[in-house]
Amino acid sequence: MSANLINLLLEATGQTLYMVAISALFGTLLGLPLGLFLATSQRGELVSMPWVNKILGLVVNATRSVPFIILVVAIIPFTRMVAGTSIGTTAAIVPLTIATVPFIARLVENAIREVDAGLIEAARAMGATPVQIITKVLLREALPSIILGLTLAIVSLIGYSAMVGAVGGEGLGDLGIRYGYQRFMPDVMAIVVVILIVLVQLVQSIGERIAAAVDKRATKSGGQ
Amino acid sequence: MTENKTRGASIAFDTVGKSFNKAGGVSFNALDNVSLSVAPGSITGIIGRSGAGKSTLLRMVNGLERPTSGRVLVAGQEVSTAKGAQLRAIRRDVGMIFQHFNLLSTRTVAGNIALPLEIAGVKAPQIKTRVADLIDRVGLTDHAGRYPAELSGGQKQRIGIARALATEPKVLLSDEATSALDPETTQTVLALLKDINRDLGLTILLITHEMAVVRDIASHVAVIEAGRIVEHGATYDIFTAPQHATTRSFLSGVTGVTLPAFVRDRLVQNAPAHGGEEVVRVTFTGTHATDPMLARLTKDMGIPVNILAGAIEEIGTHPYGNLLISLPVLQAAQARAFLENHGLTTEMLGYVG
Repeated sequence: MSANLINLLLEATGQTLYMVAISALFGTLLGLPLGLFLATSQRGELVSMPWVNKILGLVVNATRSVPFIILVVAIIPFTRMVAGTSIGTTAAIVPLTIATVPFIARLVENAIREVDAGLIEAARAMGATPVQIITKVLLREALPSIILGLTLAIVSLIGYSAMVGAVGGEGLGDLGIRYGYQRFMPDVMAIVVVILIVLVQLVQSIGERIAAAVDKRATKSGGQ
Repeated sequence: MTENKTRGASIAFDTVGKSFNKAGGVSFNALDNVSLSVAPGSITGIIGRSGAGKSTLLRMVNGLERPTSGRVLVAGQEVSTAKGAQLRAIRRDVGMIFQHFNLLSTRTVAGNIALPLEIAGVKAPQIKTRVADLIDRVGLTDHAGRYPAELSGGQKQRIGIARALATEPKVLLSDEATSALDPETTQTVLALLKDINRDLGLTILLITHEMAVVRDIASHVAVIEAGRIVEHGATYDIFTAPQHATTRSFLSGVTGVTLPAFVRDRLVQNAPAHGGEEVVRVTFTGTHATDPMLARLTKDMGIPVNILAGAIEEIGTHPYGNLLISLPVLQAAQARAFLENHGLTTEMLGYVG
C-alpha cells in the first residue's frame, strides 16, 4: 500500500475521531440535562412541568423521526449560521450533534426512570430538595446506565459520521465510499471497515468497563 | 455513645381523610375520619391488611402524603399544610425506615448514613464522627466501607435505621420494616428498635400486617380496616379483649391458638338438636393466667372439659393465656358463667355435633 494511502487512512481516522468526540461532547452537554428534565418533569414528579415536558418530548420525537441523511441536508442554513460554513468536517459536527442530543436525552431519561422510586421517597423523607435528589440520588444511582447509554450513543455517532461525506464531512465512511466504492479499491474498503470495527469495539469495551466500575448493585464475588 | 437524650414528639391525627380521584370521576376514600393521638416516647403499631390505608396514614406524618381533610400534627406543628423549607425542616425531625430499605446502591454503609446529614448541610468533620457513632450503635462497625449489595437483609435494615437516626429525629416511622426479613432477623431488628426507643426516648410509629410485631414491641396499637380505625388502645388490652372482628382475625394468627382442622371443618353456628358440644375460646389475663380454672370446673361443677388447643404467652411483661375447649351443650352456659365469675373471658365459637 502506498504511503499516500496510509496518510489518507490516518487523516480520515483522525477526522472521524474529531467529529465523533466533539459531537459526543456537545450531545452529552445538551442531552444529559434534557433527559434529566424529561425524566423528572411529568405531572406530580420532582419538577412537575407537564406542558413543557410534553412539548420537549414532541420535539425530541420529531428530531428522532428524521432520517439522518435528510437532517444533514435539511439544516444546512442552520449549520452555516453556527459553524460559519456548511461544508467540511467542522460543519458536519452540527448535524451530528443535533441528531445525538435527542438520542442521548431519551437514553438518560430511561436510565433515570430505572432508579427505584423508593430511593426518591427516602430522600424526600430526609428533607432533600429536588436539586439534592437529582444530584445526590438520581444521577449517581443512574450513572452505570447513563454510561452505557453514552457508549451506545458514541457507537451510533461513529455510524452517522460515515454519512456526512454528503456535506464534505470526510472521515472514514467518506473515504470508504470515494476510494473503496467509487474508485474500485476493495482493499481500502476492507481497511476502513476493519478500523471502524476496532473503533466500535474499543468504545464499547471501555464504556462497559467504566459502567461496571461505578455499578455497586451486585457483588463482584457474587454474594447475596 | 455520647448521644444527646432526645425527647420524642407527639403525633396527632385529627379527623384525617384522604380520597383519591380514580378514572371515571369515581372517588375512593383511602382514609375516612381518622383521629388518633400517639404519645411522645411510645411505640405505637398500626396494623391492617394491605390496602387498609395504614401506609397512607404513616406517610402523612412526614408529609409524603397530604390529607384531603383534617390535620396531622407532629410536636404540635402542622405537617399537613407545611411546604418547602418548613416541610423539609419537619422531615429532618422525622426519620423513616422502609420495607425494602431504600438504600443507595452506589454508596457504602457509611455513605448511606451520611446522606441525610449532607442533605441537612452538616459539615464534613461532624458528619464523620456522627456516622461512626451511628455505625457502632447499629452494630455494623466492621462493615462501614462495604456496599449494601454485599450485606444481608438484616444488616441493610440496620443501615436504614442508622440513616433514619442521623439527624437526631424526634419521631421514627417504620413502614413494614421487618416484613421482608426472616423471623430471626425480625427479632434482632425489633430489639434494636426497642433499645433505640428506650435510650433516645423517640416516638416510634410503625405499620405492619403482623400482630407478632405489635406484640413484641408496641405499647399501643391501632387496628385499621378500610380506611377507618376500628379499635385502638394499649396493646395488652387489645390482645386480651379484642372488640372488633378484624382485630380478632389478626390475633388468631399470632396467638398460635387456632382450632384443629378436624374440629373447624365440623363447626356449625346452630346448636345441634340433640346433645353435641359447644366450642368456646377462654382467655386468661393478668393474674388469672396461671389459675387451674379448668380443673376446678370439672372438680367443683362436675362438667367435663375437652381441651382442643391452647397456649400461654407474654405481651409486654404480662402473661396471657388462650384456650380452646369444648363443653357439653347442656352445661355450657353454666360452665361459661363459672369461668366468667372467676375473671376469665369466654367466647362461643360454634358447635360440633
